[in-house]
Amino acid sequence: MYEILKKEKLNATVTLMRIHAPLIAKKAKAGQFIILQVEKNGERIPLTVADYNRNNGTVTVIFQVVGTTTKKLDMLEKGDKLYTFVGPLGNATDISNYKKAAIVGGGVGCAIAYPIAKAIKSTGAKLHSIIGFRNNDLVILKDQFEDVSDELFLVTDDGSTGTKGLVTDILKKLIENKGNYDVVFAVGPLMMMKCVSDLTKKYGIKTVVSMNPIMIDGTGMCGGCRLTVGGKMKFACIDGPDFDGHKVDFDEAIKRGKMFSSEERKSYENTCNLLKEGNLSNGK
Amino acid sequence: MGNKRQDMSVENAKSRVRSFSEVAKGFTLEQAKNEADRCLNCKSKPCVKSCPVAVDIPTFIEKIKSGNIEDAYKIISKSSLLPAICGRVCPQEKQCEGSCIKGLRGEAVAIGALERFVADFIADIETENNFKNETLKIKGKSHKVAVIGSGPAGLSCAGELIKDGYKVTVYEALQVLGGVLVYGIPEFRLPKKIVDHEINKLEQLGVNFETNVVIGKTLSIEELFDMRFEAVFIGSGAGLPKFMGIEGENLNGVYSANEFLTRVNLMNAYKNETDTPIGKLGKVAVIGGGNVAMDAARVAKRLTEDDVFIIYRRSGKELPARLEEVEHAKEEGIIFKFLSNPKRFFPSEDFRVKKIECAGMELLAEDSSGRRKVQEKQNSRFYLDVDTVIMAIGTSPNPIIASSCKALRLNEQGGILVDDQTLMTSIDGVFAGGDAVSGTATVILAMGAGKRAAKAMSNYIESRNS
Repeated sequence: MYEILKKEKLNATVTLMRIHAPLIAKKAKAGQFIILQVEKNGERIPLTVADYNRNNGTVTVIFQVVGTTTKKLDMLEKGDKLYTFVGPLGNATDISNYKKAAIVGGGVGCAIAYPIAKAIKSTGAKLHSIIGFRNNDLVILKDQFEDVSDELFLVTDDGSTGTKGLVTDILKKLIENKGNYDVVFAVGPLMMMKCVSDLTKKYGIKTVVSMNPIMIDGTGMCGGCRLTVGGKMKFACIDGPDFDGHKVDFDEAIKRGKMFSSEERKSYENTCNLLKEGNLSNGK
Repeated sequence: MGNKRQDMSVENAKSRVRSFSEVAKGFTLEQAKNEADRCLNCKSKPCVKSCPVAVDIPTFIEKIKSGNIEDAYKIISKSSLLPAICGRVCPQEKQCEGSCIKGLRGEAVAIGALERFVADFIADIETENNFKNETLKIKGKSHKVAVIGSGPAGLSCAGELIKDGYKVTVYEALQVLGGVLVYGIPEFRLPKKIVDHEINKLEQLGVNFETNVVIGKTLSIEELFDMRFEAVFIGSGAGLPKFMGIEGENLNGVYSANEFLTRVNLMNAYKNETDTPIGKLGKVAVIGGGNVAMDAARVAKRLTEDDVFIIYRRSGKELPARLEEVEHAKEEGIIFKFLSNPKRFFPSEDFRVKKIECAGMELLAEDSSGRRKVQEKQNSRFYLDVDTVIMAIGTSPNPIIASSCKALRLNEQGGILVDDQTLMTSIDGVFAGGDAVSGTATVILAMGAGKRAAKAMSNYIESRNS
């Protein structure tokens, strides 16, 4: 069992948890993910490693409450234990050999973008970070990004903080003004990653996206996470989760992400109803 | 008695397709004795020769005749560690029963059912006694060995090694032990309590099981040696599903059999109290003709009111599945579309699979492997409306360990290369067996490989320490 050592609400729907998992903490690298199960009857869901501490044996995950499992996870408190916590899975992000990089994070995707940003910075590369949120209340990890970026650009849909607009507006200006990025990393909603990839393709800038499809085992066994990349079938868990953004079939990935949307909605409603009645086990 | 083969009682097909409880109920003691009496105890023992682990079949059957089930069990246990499982899932008609001389002029002795009977009979006693009889006085050796994967290969390897006095740790990537026995084979064919029983027994003997550890990710093979394991067995199975590479395979509603069966068997998606979804299946087509295809089709039948098809490119005679599974599938109303091969899957407006285009096939002469080739017939295309497609066309060895360990040499199919005799891989002290080496095969072959590897590991450690 994997104990929750810290829980922190980053905003109304996004939570940070630090989990005791020494073997994973020892190995984890930026870009990799874990799979967790809240309780025996729970789903297995993938979450990207947001941070780790090799000395303390802890792994940090950041998640947004979007469905049954994240809702149940969010109900747990410090001292509670997770039934399954396995990893680090997937391949680490390749951060070598870049002199100048831009990283684009969208919403809770910033939790995945941040360890990549940190890793890139540690190589000595120059880093511009663009992080986008719907509004000021949803901003996460701003200070952390500030620490690892040569320049940070904050964008919100409604302009309640930072610049009003889209991350791609800023990226476009940056490319046109200062240009010469060796690479752009994009992590966030599929639509955002698609738009970033479409933009950078015009300028011929290498673009890496981090895919987070539906998954069960995370070890290549189920094939549920399959994507089309460059016309070929790839499994996000063992071939990714990072892929060349110019080759990913985002339209397919977006549709595949909705495979269980009606079941998910029903399950979430049931869970919320049970929560109201106080009938749900707390995962202990 | 006489020449009539005893039949196991079987749950009625109509009611069983609404339930996941075991279909074949097993012999009673009386039936087992009657069936045992049919064995001629012939001199040539063709059954033993065609058993992958050479169980001394006629001798254990003799013991059943005299009602000495415990001795029968001891005889089986000398060769097979998982008789309750093999009795249920071995393709007996291609192995022991296939060569039984009774079968030449009538029906073969029901060896599989007898093996199962003996194992279940003893399991009941063991459970009652809380394994007291099982606790062996093991001569403790200080040598540590690691086993990767808790499927049939890993369990049998661990079982042999612990009995040989080694300190054994089994690493399992999933949250549950048993590998394909729990994520792949459904409850109605192999109840999970049978697998649990075998695992409990190994735990009683002192095997240490670690779940949620992916070797190649959480720990590397190198680190296992750093942790003072002196030999390592890789039994990581063939957990990488194959697809056909045809249009529409990524549509929603198209599953690999692995995903479909994992959702239902491992994650219990069919139960209300679990969170893993499976969705409404509607009309289902399973592509393939092996045991996994039968399992997927029969699971699907239990979860839908609509038709379930099996689409297989050869004819019924060539079906690679176990005979009993094919019969059970037919009884349960699975519709077989033989000599048919999918060409593409068409989407609905919301990106779900809606229709399959199939080609009609014809059989040609046998190829060098003895399998009949097939080719597409002209003007034979037809269409089938479906809501769910399950691809059950085989699996490849799981690549995770090999990709983290470049010194581990593989064959062209991705299987781990091993020495035929010792099952040692290209890395000193690392052994491998089962589907991780051969690609998709059977439980009994994996079990046999695990057992052989255990012997080789023991020899290896002894020779290094002598």
